[in-house]
Amino acid sequence: MSNSNIILSAKGIGKYFYEPEKFKVLTDISFDINRGEFVTMVGKSGSGKSTLLYLLSTMDTDYEGTLEFDGENLTKQKKERLAEIRNEKIGFVFQFHYLLPEFSSMKNVMIPALKLGKYSREEIEDKAYKTLGMLGLQDQALKNTSKLSGGQQQRVAIARALINDPKIIMGDEPTGNLDSKNTSIVFDIFKQLTSEFNQTVVAVTHDNDFAKASDRIIEMADGRIIT
Amino acid sequence: MRNYKHNIDSEIAYTHLFSKKKQTLVAALGVTVGIAIFIFMNSLMNGFEVASVESLFKSTPHLRIYKNDALSKSLVSSADSNKINLISNPKITSESKKIINPTSLLKILKNESEVTGVTPNVSGNVFYKNGDSEVSGRASGVIIDEQNAMFNLQSYIVDGNISHLSGYQNGIIMGVGIAEKLNLKINDNVTVASALGVNKLMKIVALLQTGNTAVDKTLSYINLPVAQQLQKQSPSYITDIYVNIKDFEKAKAYISKYKHLTGYDVEDWETANAAAAAANKMRKMMAMAISMSIMLVAAFGIYNILNMTIMEKLNDIAILKAIGFSGRDIVKIFVMEAIIIGIIGIVFGLILAFILINLMGNMWVGGDIGFFPIRVFPKYFGVGVIFGLVVTFFAGYIPARKAALLDPISIFRK
Repeated sequence: MSNSNIILSAKGIGKYFYEPEKFKVLTDISFDINRGEFVTMVGKSGSGKSTLLYLLSTMDTDYEGTLEFDGENLTKQKKERLAEIRNEKIGFVFQFHYLLPEFSSMKNVMIPALKLGKYSREEIEDKAYKTLGMLGLQDQALKNTSKLSGGQQQRVAIARALINDPKIIMGDEPTGNLDSKNTSIVFDIFKQLTSEFNQTVVAVTHDNDFAKASDRIIEMADGRIIT
Repeated sequence: MRNYKHNIDSEIAYTHLFSKKKQTLVAALGVTVGIAIFIFMNSLMNGFEVASVESLFKSTPHLRIYKNDALSKSLVSSADSNKINLISNPKITSESKKIINPTSLLKILKNESEVTGVTPNVSGNVFYKNGDSEVSGRASGVIIDEQNAMFNLQSYIVDGNISHLSGYQNGIIMGVGIAEKLNLKINDNVTVASALGVNKLMKIVALLQTGNTAVDKTLSYINLPVAQQLQKQSPSYITDIYVNIKDFEKAKAYISKYKHLTGYDVEDWETANAAAAAANKMRKMMAMAISMSIMLVAAFGIYNILNMTIMEKLNDIAILKAIGFSGRDIVKIFVMEAIIIGIIGIVFGLILAFILINLMGNMWVGGDIGFFPIRVFPKYFGVGVIFGLVVTFFAGYIPARKAALLDPISIFRK
C-alpha cells in the first residue's frame, strides 16, 4: 500500500511488434495518473493507445521501461502476482465484451469476486445483482450471456470489472457498443466512482463528448503522447 | 484478505464439462476407444500366449529329473599314441537308467515350498498290437491321480473315465490316434509288447486327445507297476520324476538346486521343448512390441482429442487470466476437466473391453484350441486404468500449461 497520490506511473515505456516485421508501436512514454482521476486516452486508430492500455493492465508483459502501480513495481513481478493484482485491483473492460459463454450474466460478474474470496457467496451474489441493476440488467441476470444483445453483453462486462471495487478501472472503448442512453449511464457511474469512491478510471475512447467530459485527456499519435 | 475459499476453479471446470455435454462425451469416447483397444489387444495376445504354454504343459512337466543315459566308461582312458595299452577295453554297455531310492527322493521334493506337484514315471517304448496291425509308441507308467493333478489329463479325455485306470490294473488310457489306426474303441483289448519281449493284454479304459497329433498317435498311460513289468523291473524302478513348480518361468533357476538335492540330471521344460520355448519367447517379444505400439497410438489419440478440447477454450483461458486467474488456476481447471473426461472414458473403456473380450472368447476356432483363447486378465484392466489416468493427466496438463504461460493479450491478438 502506498499513500502517495499517484496510483499509476509509467516511465520510458517502449513496445515493439514483431509480426509481420519489427515495428515500434510505443516510444518513450512517461506519465502519472492520480488517484480518483478520470482519464481518457484518444488518438487515431493505430496510434498505440489500446496497446498502451494493455501494458498498463499487466496483461501484456513484453515491453521496455517501468510501470509502477499502487506503490508496487509491476515490471519485475511474477505472472502469478500480476494475476492477483488484476483480480484485486484492476477492472478491465474490453472493446469486445469477452464474457464466458457457458455462464449466466450473474456468474460472469461473480467469478472475479469468487476468485478473490473476500466476501461470502451470498454477499457476492447480492453485490453482483445490485451492480447489474445499476446498469439496467436485473432482468438479464440469470440469462446465459450468449443470449444477450451486444449492448447488454458490454454492460455485463462493465459490471464484472466493477465487482471487486478495483483501485483502477480500465476500458478499451467501454461504451463503443452502447447507445447514447446507456453511454451516459456508464459515464455517470465512472464519474461517481472517481469522485465519491476515489477509484481511478482510464478509458480509451473515440467518443469526443465522452473524452471532453473526463478530468484529463491524453492524446496519442504514432506511439507517442502529444498532450 | 482471502477470507473465503469458493472453489471457483472446480466450478468452472464442471460448468465447462456439463454445458457442452456432447463435446465432453466425444472426448470421453476417444479415451474409451483407446483404453478398450489397449486392454482388448493385451488380453488377446496374453490369452493366446497362455493357451500355447498350457498346450505345451499338457505332457511336459516344468522339470524332469532322470538318470542320464550314459555308456560305461572304458577302463583305460589314455589315448596317448606313444603307449600301447596291454589291456583292451571290455564290452561297453549301457548303464541302468534306474533312479535309486525314488520314494525318499519324492518325499524330499514334495517338501520343497515351490513345488506344486511331484510324480514318478516309468517310460518305455512299446508296440501296440491288434491282430496283425501294429503301432509303435511310448507307454508312460504313472500314478494316475498324481499325473492328473499335474497335467489335468481329465480335460483331454474324449471317451471313458480316467479314474477307471486306478481300479483296473491292466487298464490303458490311449491316444485317439493309436486307437484309430488299430481300429480300437473303448473297452476293447489291446496287446502291448515291450522291447524286452514282455506281452500284456490290456483293456482300454479311456481315450485321450491332447490335440497334438504326435502325442495322440504314440502316447498311452498305464499303471506304474505294469510299466515296471513291461521293462522287467522291480517295483522300485523309476526312470523319471516329474516336478511342477509354482512359476514355470523360473524353472531354469531350480535346475542346479534339484541336481544338488537328488544327485541326478535335471531338465527344464525350455530345454526339453527348445523349439516351442523359442517360439514362445518370440511371441512374448512380439506381444510386447505390439502392446507398446498400441499404447503409443492410444496415448496419442487421447492426447489429441483432449488437446483439441482445450485449444477450443483458448479464448476462455485468456478471459480468465484477464480477470485475475493465475497460470496455476488455469492448469488446475483444465487438468481437472481432463481427468474427469478421463474417468468417464475409462469406465466406459473397461466395459467396452469386457464386452469385446467376451465376444471374442465366444468365437469357436475348433481343433485342439476350441474357443478363442482370450480371457479377462484383471492385470490388464488395472494397467488400463493407470495408463488412462496418466495419459489424460498429461493431455490436460501440457496444453493447459502452454496456454497458462501466455499473456492474455497475445491470445486475444491471434
